[in-house]
Amino acid sequence: MSQFPYVSGLTLLPFAGGVSVLLLGRAGRSAARLTAAVFATAAVAYTAMLWFRFVPALAAMQFQELHAWEPSIGLQYHVGADGLSLVMLAVSSLVVLMSIAASWKNTNQGPAYFALLLFLETGLFGTYTALNFLHWFLYWELSLIPAFFLIRIWGGAGRARAATRFFVYTMVGSITLLLAFLALFLASGSFDFMELTEMAQIGQLTAAISQNLHWHQWDSGHISMWLFCAAFLGFAIKTPVVPFHGWLGSAYAEAAPETTMVLTGSLSKMGVYGFFRILLPIFPEQMWRAKTILLWLAIASIVLPAFTAWVQTDLRRMFAYSSINHLGYCILGIVTVAGSSGASASLVDEKAAALTGVMLQLFSHGITAAALFWFLALLERRSGGLLGLNDFGGLRRAMPVFSGLMGITLFASLGLPGLIGFPGEFLIFKGVFPLAWWAASLAVLGLLITAVFLLLILQRVFSGALGKRWQSMPDLTLAERCMLAPAIVVMFAVGLYPQLIAGILQNTVMQFVGQVRY
Amino acid sequence: MLAWTIYLSFIGAAAVALTPTGRPLFARVTALLTSLAVLGIAIAAVVEGGGQPITIVRAPWISRLGIEYYLAADGISLTLVLLTGIAAVAGILFSWNIERRVRDFFALYLVLIGAVYGVFLSFDLLLLFVFYEIAIIPKYFLIAIWGSKRCEYAAMKLVLYSFAGSALVLAGTVAAYCVSGQHTLSLDALANFPFPAHFQMWAFPMVFVGFAVLAGMWPFHTWAPTGHAAAPTAASMLLAGVVMKLGAYGCLRVAMMLFPRGLDPWGFRVLGLGSWQQVFAVVAVIGIVYGATVALVQKDLKFVVGYSSVSHMGFVLLGLMTLNRIGLSGAVYQMFSHGIIAGLLFAVVGRMVYERTHTRDLGELSRIPLGRLIPFAAVTFVLAWMASIGLPGFSGFIAELQVLIGSWRAFPWLSWIAGLGILIGIAFSWRALQATFFGEGVTASDTEHPMPPITVPERLGAYLLLATTIVLGLYPRLLMSLILPALNSPLFEQLHRGAWK
Repeated sequence: MSQFPYVSGLTLLPFAGGVSVLLLGRAGRSAARLTAAVFATAAVAYTAMLWFRFVPALAAMQFQELHAWEPSIGLQYHVGADGLSLVMLAVSSLVVLMSIAASWKNTNQGPAYFALLLFLETGLFGTYTALNFLHWFLYWELSLIPAFFLIRIWGGAGRARAATRFFVYTMVGSITLLLAFLALFLASGSFDFMELTEMAQIGQLTAAISQNLHWHQWDSGHISMWLFCAAFLGFAIKTPVVPFHGWLGSAYAEAAPETTMVLTGSLSKMGVYGFFRILLPIFPEQMWRAKTILLWLAIASIVLPAFTAWVQTDLRRMFAYSSINHLGYCILGIVTVAGSSGASASLVDEKAAALTGVMLQLFSHGITAAALFWFLALLERRSGGLLGLNDFGGLRRAMPVFSGLMGITLFASLGLPGLIGFPGEFLIFKGVFPLAWWAASLAVLGLLITAVFLLLILQRVFSGALGKRWQSMPDLTLAERCMLAPAIVVMFAVGLYPQLIAGILQNTVMQFVGQVRY
Repeated sequence: MLAWTIYLSFIGAAAVALTPTGRPLFARVTALLTSLAVLGIAIAAVVEGGGQPITIVRAPWISRLGIEYYLAADGISLTLVLLTGIAAVAGILFSWNIERRVRDFFALYLVLIGAVYGVFLSFDLLLLFVFYEIAIIPKYFLIAIWGSKRCEYAAMKLVLYSFAGSALVLAGTVAAYCVSGQHTLSLDALANFPFPAHFQMWAFPMVFVGFAVLAGMWPFHTWAPTGHAAAPTAASMLLAGVVMKLGAYGCLRVAMMLFPRGLDPWGFRVLGLGSWQQVFAVVAVIGIVYGATVALVQKDLKFVVGYSSVSHMGFVLLGLMTLNRIGLSGAVYQMFSHGIIAGLLFAVVGRMVYERTHTRDLGELSRIPLGRLIPFAAVTFVLAWMASIGLPGFSGFIAELQVLIGSWRAFPWLSWIAGLGILIGIAFSWRALQATFFGEGVTASDTEHPMPPITVPERLGAYLLLATTIVLGLYPRLLMSLILPALNSPLFEQLHRGAWK
């Protein structure tokens, strides 16, 4: 247990920022955005500080804080971070900063917008570090509210429907998740993730369920399966996993692109994070038993959205569906590992490779997806709101720098070696092939289609004849180039030297591999 | 000291009635000071009290019948006394702008408050009943005189329902007195008296239903939405916030504490239900889902909030029927939490919105850009909405969480249905919020709707209620340290039969 409450400080930092933005916002929009940028930068710096203080050699949770809160309902203040948390914190803080940079010139977005964005960041930080279910659920739910209003107030024409849909879908999942955990609490007397993990790993949880939950004479396996399904639904909707993705297209497309950057860059990762922090350690047996269905769902999440993206004519929707596809690889990696029994050394290697790949993919998708929507935000402001696939053409002549940088990002997104998307996807496939070759083979189809539609974008938007309307389209300004440059540098840096991220993950990954017993 | 909550309220009522005519400010200030003083007493008692039952006053009253003037408080009483204190102050702040018969309004208001304190503090069954009846009279006048839209009908409906419930309670009281033969009506003596099981089997449902009418239990809830909708803002705040709790409190304090065997299995099944416990649990869950569903299709904003009260009170009843400690403490927590949140909702709807727009029709409201015109009301309503749907961080979450854990243990299936009720609750609250503050298709320019700005008393009232629900959402210890010892006290021994230890 560390002396200084590092994690609490990190969580409170954006919250304080949000409050300051509201207070200083009276002085005008530029004061608000400056304050927001200062706090977002401070959050990035703080995360970097945690990153360097983190000891990768230790497998345990670090920076832990544990305080009594309300013992009669199992509520504790328990936070901590492992390698996975740190990666998520890093990507969240970066994405929020990118989003604020993207909003710099968008005059619609005033102080309230920036404040909500920072509140959302607090929710994200809290979700990725809380270790007590109730405490975690607080952040899980409260991050939904700013996201909801960001879509509802600053979104496009269909924002009302989109926001409602997003909210209702997510709440359905939250309620089933909550009910599942209440039952677990009733059985085990604990809401603590680490205690529950411990109990699940030594088989006590099943025993506790059969002892304490008498549900129509069902056996404990049956009840556990139901609880798993209820918890799974919560994360499957958030990620989303096909067929629970109905909210995504409209939410990502109707929200302002600057908002979508955070939605896809970090908020959607909360679902995958839940797979890691909750489903894999606490329900290993159920995941193993449901492995065939889960694998098919993962494959569906990879392949079907790729086709859907292919036939879209709106760039935002194309990237939205490609988001499902990219997170589908993460789900594929996790469920493959969860569904493979055995503990031989080679198997452990494959599992470790797959899980490392998943975590890298979380980082890389966060950065690339956010960057793509950033480009869309820039394009939208220049085109006066047009973002159709067929609205443009030949843009590389009018705005070569924009086209070049967005091209790099598109290639990063499809996983070109040397760029950020490659190490994650490569490791996932390297790990999944030996464990479930058929699933990996089917998933390759997703890679192929992704390549097709991303190249389609390159072709339709940047090549061909330059339309008359766009002849005088201004290229990126110097300020925009400077703001985008670090993101591009990160794409190359992690792509060429993935150890930057993977370096702190090794023991965390082994911890997760060890939790898969079945 | 705590007894002064009752006396001071009545004295305050008299003082308000004696303020000079034509000087409404005197009446308002007197009422506010009285309610603040009473709130101060309540807070002092909460800080001091540990939750165990403590006697405040005990003196013979009708000694021939063994009836006493017996005031006492345990943690449950204290919780509800605190709620009443907060709701009373907020209610006065939100009725600051009443211009018609100001003196009468605040005098009746304080009488109602005093009687409510009386109910929560009485430990003699007859005394409790007397206060319970006193509370009905001011309710009638508050709605009938200052109400809107069919207010006489609503007031009469409320009174008739209340009296019908009281009749059942009175019958049960007399029966308990006769059957026990103990020559007493003090609650602690009766709580430990082993009434014959067959007697409890019919006395329990009778008294329970009698009180539950006032708690808005389905299918006896219909007074609630009409009453809430017709009442002036402060009265709806009190009705939903405190008066409904009188019913729930009576269910726990009288029906369940005195006749716990009435909850035992019957030994046979009707429609799959084998005990009053299961019957009322099912009724509670029907109330949760039904109230939420009906609220989903209302056109009148106040009716939406009115039906939401029915839904939320269903959680109180469900918690009571779980018969385990966590469920019961959840029920008491929900009584408190709903009192605050319902007060807040009615304050926004009745005071901030209706008195500025003069319409409660969702269709008309959606054409007024209220979110821009009165942003303070919008933010308050959003926060109240978040609290009302039970988001973590607000008191409603702690309450519903405990009720759901309790019901997981007692009736797993009902938990899922209650979960569905929460979802419908989210839907109807969102619909109301959307129509009121985020109206689409706004064509009217802002100048067409001159809106008086939000006044200082409104702000203060909103801050008070919001702070309460957030503090109790983040720091449940404050109330749990009162509720848990009370539930562990010997008074409830017969109810839990040592199963909680």
